Amino acid sequence: MILLLTRILSKIALAITVALLAGCQGGVLDPKGQVGIEEKQLIIVATVLMLLVVIPVIFMTLYFAWKYREGRNEIYEPKWSHSTKIEAIVWTIPIIIVIILGVITWKSTHALDPYKPLKSDKDHINVQVVSMNWKWLFIYPDLGIASVNELRFPANVPVSFQITSEATMNSFFIPQLGSQIYSMAGMITKLHLIANEPGTYKGYSANYSGPGFTGMKFNAIAMDSEADFDKWVEGVKAGSISGVKNNGILDQSSYDELAKYDLHAHVHKPTPVQYYSSIQPGIFMNNVMKFMKDYGTVDILEGTSFDVPKMRQMKNSNMNQGGMSHGEMSHGEMNHGSSEDSSHKMHMEEDK
Amino acid sequence: MSILGKLSLDSIPYHEPILVTTFCVVALLAVVIVFLITRYNKWGVLWNDWLTSIDHKRLGIMYIVLALIMLLRGFSDAILMRTQLALATDGDPGYLPPHHYDQIFTAHGVIMIIFMAMPFMIGLMNIVVPLQIGARDVAFPFLNNLSFWLTAGGAILINISLFVGEFAKTGWVAYPPLAGLQFSPDVGVDYYIWALQISGIGTTLTAVNFLATVFKMRAPGMKLMDMPIFTWTCTWANILIAASFPILTAVLALLTLDRYLDFHFFTNEGGGNSMMYINLFWAWGHPEVYILVLPAFGIFSEVVSTFTGKRLFGYKSMVWATASISILGFIVWLHHFFTMGSSANVNAFFGVMTMVIAVPTGVKLFNWLFTMYHGRLRITVPVMWTLGFMVTFTIGGMTGVLLAVPGADYVLHNSLFLIAHFHNTIIGGAVFGYLAGFAFWFPKAMGFHLNVKLGKAAFWCWLIGFFLAFMPLYVLGFLGMTRRLNHTNNPQWDMWLYIALIGALVIMAGIVFQLLQLYVSFRDRKENLDTTGDPWNGHTLEWSTASPPQVYNFAEIPTIHDIDAFTDMKEKGTAYVRKDNYAPIHMPKNTKAGMAIAGCVTVMGFALIWHIWWLAALGLLGGFISLVSRAYTSDVDYYIQPDEIIRTESAHLDSNNVAKG
Repeated sequence: MILLLTRILSKIALAITVALLAGCQGGVLDPKGQVGIEEKQLIIVATVLMLLVVIPVIFMTLYFAWKYREGRNEIYEPKWSHSTKIEAIVWTIPIIIVIILGVITWKSTHALDPYKPLKSDKDHINVQVVSMNWKWLFIYPDLGIASVNELRFPANVPVSFQITSEATMNSFFIPQLGSQIYSMAGMITKLHLIANEPGTYKGYSANYSGPGFTGMKFNAIAMDSEADFDKWVEGVKAGSISGVKNNGILDQSSYDELAKYDLHAHVHKPTPVQYYSSIQPGIFMNNVMKFMKDYGTVDILEGTSFDVPKMRQMKNSNMNQGGMSHGEMSHGEMNHGSSEDSSHKMHMEEDK
Repeated sequence: MSILGKLSLDSIPYHEPILVTTFCVVALLAVVIVFLITRYNKWGVLWNDWLTSIDHKRLGIMYIVLALIMLLRGFSDAILMRTQLALATDGDPGYLPPHHYDQIFTAHGVIMIIFMAMPFMIGLMNIVVPLQIGARDVAFPFLNNLSFWLTAGGAILINISLFVGEFAKTGWVAYPPLAGLQFSPDVGVDYYIWALQISGIGTTLTAVNFLATVFKMRAPGMKLMDMPIFTWTCTWANILIAASFPILTAVLALLTLDRYLDFHFFTNEGGGNSMMYINLFWAWGHPEVYILVLPAFGIFSEVVSTFTGKRLFGYKSMVWATASISILGFIVWLHHFFTMGSSANVNAFFGVMTMVIAVPTGVKLFNWLFTMYHGRLRITVPVMWTLGFMVTFTIGGMTGVLLAVPGADYVLHNSLFLIAHFHNTIIGGAVFGYLAGFAFWFPKAMGFHLNVKLGKAAFWCWLIGFFLAFMPLYVLGFLGMTRRLNHTNNPQWDMWLYIALIGALVIMAGIVFQLLQLYVSFRDRKENLDTTGDPWNGHTLEWSTASPPQVYNFAEIPTIHDIDAFTDMKEKGTAYVRKDNYAPIHMPKNTKAGMAIAGCVTVMGFALIWHIWWLAALGLLGGFISLVSRAYTSDVDYYIQPDEIIRTESAHLDSNNVAKG
């Protein structure tokens, strides 16, 4: 008991020291990327705007309660219950604030749309993110490598994420860089982030996804320069980075191996960082589309004219191209008319 | 498959010391209660006056008793979680493994919203609304009893899950695919489904019942725009229930089909899509928060105008503000998932719509302020809750609008900032309101006053505890801490987690004071009787009855000339009038049919959870037979005779010193 108490007291002492020294470090209010910086400014502007009403209301509540309490001989008008002037004012003030906030909201929502590529004189690095139970897989399709629970990219280069899930829904979130986006099986969501300075930032799944969820953490490492990053890529390809397990090629069988998990285990240790020195092309899209494979097939309809594969065949021959049914498109694509090339990409994947 | 379906001895968690201890405590309490009831020979009273009662006032009290019991259960969960998070820092695993912890946060959310807040709100509504509109009961008294027992059935199921099997490990929203069979093959989600489904049907029936009551049974002269403001806010809440609970029923039915009959509405495979569930869930879930908070707004309005001895400022504004909140509440659900990847236009629309709700809410706050203006405010316990609410809720409203800005939500969503926000509005808004209403109407419902000192102590503990427990969560949200974590490893978060635990303990002191207050007030009830029926110099009709009100509420239905009907009657001298003769009053008889039907349905729910198909069929059949036999019973009513009415009325009038006629 005393031992426990001492342990708790020493923990508290440590906590106070850390809090005094650190202030707000490492969180949303300490952004290290353009997106996060703009979001922090937005939070501050909106808060200040609202405080213009909130502070007077709190003050008036306490003041009126004190001034008009029983026992003070203030004016007493038990039947006074309407004043057009006051009513007009109390409707107008919140309306004005909300109009201003509404304009800010409309503009900022478009400016900070996670799907919108970031403006930069450098090319995007493409990263495909897969949330698995309970770990993160990062695939670099253009570089031909992949890593687990560690995300590396050069600072000051925009990163374009395509995000999906192998199992339950998660949320891909690096608080110091900005926005989060859900990951969902059979679908792709998108996110664009950039780190304005090098550093190691903590990444989480922000959406609860099962017993191992707490261990779904990763380090997002913004490297000093593109040269450093290239060196790391070469290292992964050569399997020469010491201390990290290199699993060789990421193909469907090693992907399935990685995706395995134990639902009934009570305590999960976070999956250690590991690399893949090469990837099977299209591995990401194959695993997005696999949930659609037998979409619409019903055993008892097999062979009849309502059999979906048969219908698809007919449609294909009619349209004379390798298209897919409309339903699949909207499935894979969320509701983004603007998402340029990936529906096209998906066609190609399907054709393979 | 065995005759007991999935149920076996392994389903009993006898190897979990926390659960075994809890079970022993619960069993001990049950034994003590049974002993006390037998000792004081109260089984007859319990059965005849309470369990089979269809009197809206008694059902209201039973709802509130249920809410308080579930508050203790939900709050124990909260203490367990806060202790876990305060211990499990810096890589320490704490004492609750995910298997247990995940059930606790799920149960906490479900219990606090569905089985604490809802019954508390419906309980107050049951006691007060018929009295406020000058009705003798609700439109369908038996249905009211059935609604209560269905709610209780759901509550019983969720409590059984503690000791038989397990509860859902999905979070209170139970998003698929996590809540689907693939990732949650155990019975937890089934407990969730059936507990919500059964109580949800009870809630829907309540709404239908009260809408019929309010639209058809108002006293003569009371136009809709003469209804007391609490009745108005309850009416809007009931409209919301009637419109949104069927969505919950439907979405749970779809999830049931997924889990029981291999459908693929929300699965990853087979063309399912979990986004449908998430949309439907929040199409119910967002109106639900207004269902909780609107009646609380009504309570604050009543409290402020009563204790300032003044008419409510801007009654019409209040009604229209409530109406616009209710309607807007239906077109903002998407703000619960801005981060799901909708386009900027969609997100911006729902963000702006959400902000618009701040306008009528702000108007309400200003109207309460101007009700105090030029009034004579008596600082009583209900007023303290109201002032505490106005300060606390304003902050919660502000963080809510902040979360409605999609750009801000992208970094604050799913963080502890969000947790702090909704506790800020649900505790600081709804719960403070219910507790204000509890203190306000307690003498009316029970006939004696609550101890004031303990009431004030409880208030201060709740208020201070709230700020200590939840302001650190705002900070933690900004520090990047996400919700539902089982343990942490970030030294910067530690101190805030410790403060939050202290806050939870202070709230616990508040709850202890409230229990103590109930005990002390009951012990000293003889000295604190409310003999007048009008302890606060009230404005509305409920205060014209005795405390507790006569079983028939009104010997003669009054005619209404003003919004503050009772104040109007007092001013005209028509509030207390002795009559020589009364017409007999037609009253509904008590019945055990509600218990029988809900009991059978609950057994069916339990059987479906464990796949005991024969028992499920039996439960369904039993429920159906009870319903049919009730439908064919003609012995459902009786008349109270004039001599008895005269006796009852004389007692009430004598205690108000009305001259004998």
